[in-house]
Amino acid sequence: MTHAYLATQPPQALPPTTNTVTLWHRLFGDAITAIATVATLALLAVALGKTINWGVLHAVWPDGDAAACRAASGACWAFLSEKLRQILFGIYPPGEQWRPALTSVILLVLGAASLPPVCWGKRLVLAWFVGIVTVLLLMRGGVLGLAGVPTAAWGGLPVTLLLAVFALGAGFPLGILLALGRRAEMPVPRMLSIGVIEIIRGLPLVSLLFVASILLPLMLPDGMSIDGLLRAGAALTVFSAAYLAEVVRGGLQSLPRGQGEASRALGLSWWMMTRLVVLPQALRSVLAPLTNTAIVMIKNTSLVLIVGLFDLLSSGRAALADPAWPTPYVETYCFIAAIYFAICFSLSRYSMWLEARYSQHRSH
Amino acid sequence: MFALKKICALLLLGAAWSAHAQTAPDVVTSNTLEQVRARGHVLCGASQGTVGFSSPDAQGNWKGLDVDTCRAIAVAVFGDKDKARFVPLNGQQRLTALQTGQIDVLPRTTSWTLRRDANGLNFTTPNYYEYDAFMVRKDLGIKSTAEMNGASVCVQTGSTNEVTVADLSKKLKLNLKPVLFDNNPASRQAFFSGRCDAIMTDASALASVRASQAQNPDDYIIFPASGNSEALTPAVRHGDDRWFDIVKWSFQVLIAAEDMGITQANVDSMLKSDDPRIARFLGTEPGNGKALGLDEKWAFNIVKQLGNYAEVFDRNVGMGSPLKLERGSNRLYRNGGLMFPFVFN
Amino acid sequence: MLSKIWFDRRLRGWCLQALLIAMVVGGLGWLAWNAQANLARRGITSGFGFLEQAARFPISESLLAYDTSDSFGHAFLVGITNTLFVSVLVILFSTVLGLGLALARRSKHPLVSGSATVYLEVIRNTPLVVQLLFWYAMLTVALPSARQALSPLPGVFLSVRGLYFPKLVLSGEVLWFWVAVAVSLLMVIAAVMLRPMLKLRHGMRFPLVRSALAAAVVLVGVAAWVGGVGASLDVPALRGLNYTGGSTYTPEFTALLIGLVFYSTAFSGEIIRSGIDAVPGGQWEAGSSLGIRRWHLLRLIVFPQALRIILPPMTSQYLSIIKNSTLALAVGYPDLSFVVATTINQTGQAIEGILILMGVFLTISLTVSVLMNFYNRRLALVQR
Repeated sequence: MTHAYLATQPPQALPPTTNTVTLWHRLFGDAITAIATVATLALLAVALGKTINWGVLHAVWPDGDAAACRAASGACWAFLSEKLRQILFGIYPPGEQWRPALTSVILLVLGAASLPPVCWGKRLVLAWFVGIVTVLLLMRGGVLGLAGVPTAAWGGLPVTLLLAVFALGAGFPLGILLALGRRAEMPVPRMLSIGVIEIIRGLPLVSLLFVASILLPLMLPDGMSIDGLLRAGAALTVFSAAYLAEVVRGGLQSLPRGQGEASRALGLSWWMMTRLVVLPQALRSVLAPLTNTAIVMIKNTSLVLIVGLFDLLSSGRAALADPAWPTPYVETYCFIAAIYFAICFSLSRYSMWLEARYSQHRSH
Repeated sequence: MFALKKICALLLLGAAWSAHAQTAPDVVTSNTLEQVRARGHVLCGASQGTVGFSSPDAQGNWKGLDVDTCRAIAVAVFGDKDKARFVPLNGQQRLTALQTGQIDVLPRTTSWTLRRDANGLNFTTPNYYEYDAFMVRKDLGIKSTAEMNGASVCVQTGSTNEVTVADLSKKLKLNLKPVLFDNNPASRQAFFSGRCDAIMTDASALASVRASQAQNPDDYIIFPASGNSEALTPAVRHGDDRWFDIVKWSFQVLIAAEDMGITQANVDSMLKSDDPRIARFLGTEPGNGKALGLDEKWAFNIVKQLGNYAEVFDRNVGMGSPLKLERGSNRLYRNGGLMFPFVFN
Repeated sequence: MLSKIWFDRRLRGWCLQALLIAMVVGGLGWLAWNAQANLARRGITSGFGFLEQAARFPISESLLAYDTSDSFGHAFLVGITNTLFVSVLVILFSTVLGLGLALARRSKHPLVSGSATVYLEVIRNTPLVVQLLFWYAMLTVALPSARQALSPLPGVFLSVRGLYFPKLVLSGEVLWFWVAVAVSLLMVIAAVMLRPMLKLRHGMRFPLVRSALAAAVVLVGVAAWVGGVGASLDVPALRGLNYTGGSTYTPEFTALLIGLVFYSTAFSGEIIRSGIDAVPGGQWEAGSSLGIRRWHLLRLIVFPQALRIILPPMTSQYLSIIKNSTLALAVGYPDLSFVVATTINQTGQAIEGILILMGVFLTISLTVSVLMNFYNRRLALVQR
């Protein structure tokens, strides 16, 4: 027997959905949109036109020379090809420039390998350790038949990468320590951590670099000296530690207190609780802000220009001082910006992907 | 639990060490010579690329008058002119770098002034007498300072030129507008791009810039700015008399060698000279080296590896170089200049 | 006894803290001792006495009048005013432009939101120093020389020396005039801020703001008339080598301003956009079901709620702008860090100079944080 509420026929198919909002509609749908489209297209056309005119049509390509650059009205790409080594490697002895090249490759590969979460683990830490020791030996030389090169002669891309790696690598444990200290119950570590974090976050990085490069030699006993690159690296480390500490503190605060209480109830000591239960969860919840802070620190390494160290930007400026070429500022700065953009943009996309992936995982 | 014990132990050690360290300093003077010997090379401040005074060539080797002054010190201490390392410093950093101990000596075109002398530096002996000058484009039609009314002047901070521009502006009521940069390359580029009407620095540095960086050197004219001269002198820190003596007398070797007619070519034959002055100078008659704590052949080595002042000048900034500067005040006193050798007894 | 200390948790805690303090104090004391010994050995004077000595170095542009015979203290003051001037301008411009960028990013028009996204990604992923140097290079390369300056308006000249424009010069008893202006400004601001409270609490119907404005106009007019204040226009003209007269924005200042504004707009825009996005969609829907148009919806309903979320990150963005202004060192604009660096070079007193620099920035940071926290607490949601 059929009941009135039982369906006897299959449900009717829904009428086909028509997507009325086509691209045309979005661009020219109504008056204001149409005006906006036309105005934007006009602006873009003018800007693109001028850029192509300058950068492609009237440009001097790498087979040109200085005279051609002076005569032309467009971009001087020949300068970049001529000075590429100086911009990328600074005043490193020309015969040994395979060493900074290899250094940059090693650091970039290690960086890329650290990104996929499957690779995270003890082996990665070991790989980084071996990588950094290798890189420092390569750049410094003096062993295994390599000619010794003092740090005053290092420059360009390897210095930027080394400073970034050092600042983040040494700053991260320090930041975790500061964050844990800020949440401690004992008043002394808490006050010290708050003081350190607030003071460093309130100061510009330029002043910290001044302290490291000018004051630190004054405050060491006579005869003891720290290398200039190491001093700048220390300033960047302390700076990133303070900012990373705040991010980690956010992660620690978002963790329910029950996790800590349950681990203590199970008999884990404070250190085991922190290392095995609290930190992994806290860090996982702030992966995106951590990556954003890493991007900011990579960009901040360009400030060592102010204290006279030769990183990528500084080497670029030094290359511009060559009198034989008409100074192509825009080309050089765009090239340097493009290198930074490549690194930082990939990291920011990676951070978005990571955030998406971990928000899925969280609900289990 | 065990980790806690380890942390406590470390903290105790740290407190004990810091307490000990606080009782340490009983040395009154520092011992730069020992530090340099231990390090194995002399650290000298250099510019960021002033051709003729201190600049690296395409192979990364440093060349220049100040570089050779530094190499003389390296020869005196180590016997090898390559045991010198150069730290590029801009005008703002150079004095603090010396004061705070980053470098051992600053032979980098630094004027001898009262305030610098009083503020922790000791000036040894001038290696170049200089006057400050303006460089302007010829088509502006300016030939002297008095015509520079309202001009904007590119000048480097941390140099005596900064003060000179302000003084000239006040004294001659020129209303000069200084445009300040903290490094030389920026200052020069601003001048050549037209940001300033004139650039002011030492006349020899301007000649170097015009020869090496101007597209068409004949388009520019250099004329004296204030008419005052300055002594560019290698400087060391207060508090180390022995190092001060070594730096001073290492440079004096070059002047004395020219005064006595000793050159790089004839120094070997001069060893057999009958003149007692030359014998004492070159170390055939010992005594000078011991007095300074150096090898007895220190002066001989300097002349053998670098030449005398005339050769050093000629090679770096004189007729044998792209700058082609006249000796001017830098001639020996005998020839009407200011270079005066002291007595090597 | 020792094991009693070890196993007693509280005593152990106090012991550890005491050791930590000893380490920190010991370390800092060691650094200070070395510094003192080094300073004495090298004959460098210490103390803040140098602040009264004549500075003797020029400063290329400043809001306050500065002469080389002024003291170092005055030079620092000039540096601080330059820093604050640039920072305030950048904060104003970047907030307004950031709002525009946020709306552009939220727009449904693909080209508009697309170009906004491209701008955002490019600016956020390149270092600020590179951008500042780029703008400075563009200004020095693209602008004509002083002799061939562009003149878009009469009396306004744009060249590689900078932007020259006419300046309003007041003559007569200007001090009382400016005092009157300041007092009337404070009066108007007080009226605007107090009016909502007075209206709500006391049912006041008096037109407070309008009367305050009227009083302000009267006060300023009286001060001008009594003091015999006259205004004239100082127009720049090419005399000899350079323009004299008028006011100028140098390329260094302009490059710093443009670079910082473009950079900060990107970050401000993102903060404002995330604030607007965080307001629940139900608010939009309720508003449009009541017939309120989109712009009024944004201004009257969504934005006040978004303000609560925007304010904390906006505070740190403003502080970040003030700190980023120290990059004026790279382009040669004489802000505080530039003056400090020059002073250190002239006097050799590195410790005092850097302490002043850090002290000023810490004061500014802490003050802004405290003010913003106060305002934030007033805005906070009162939860049930």
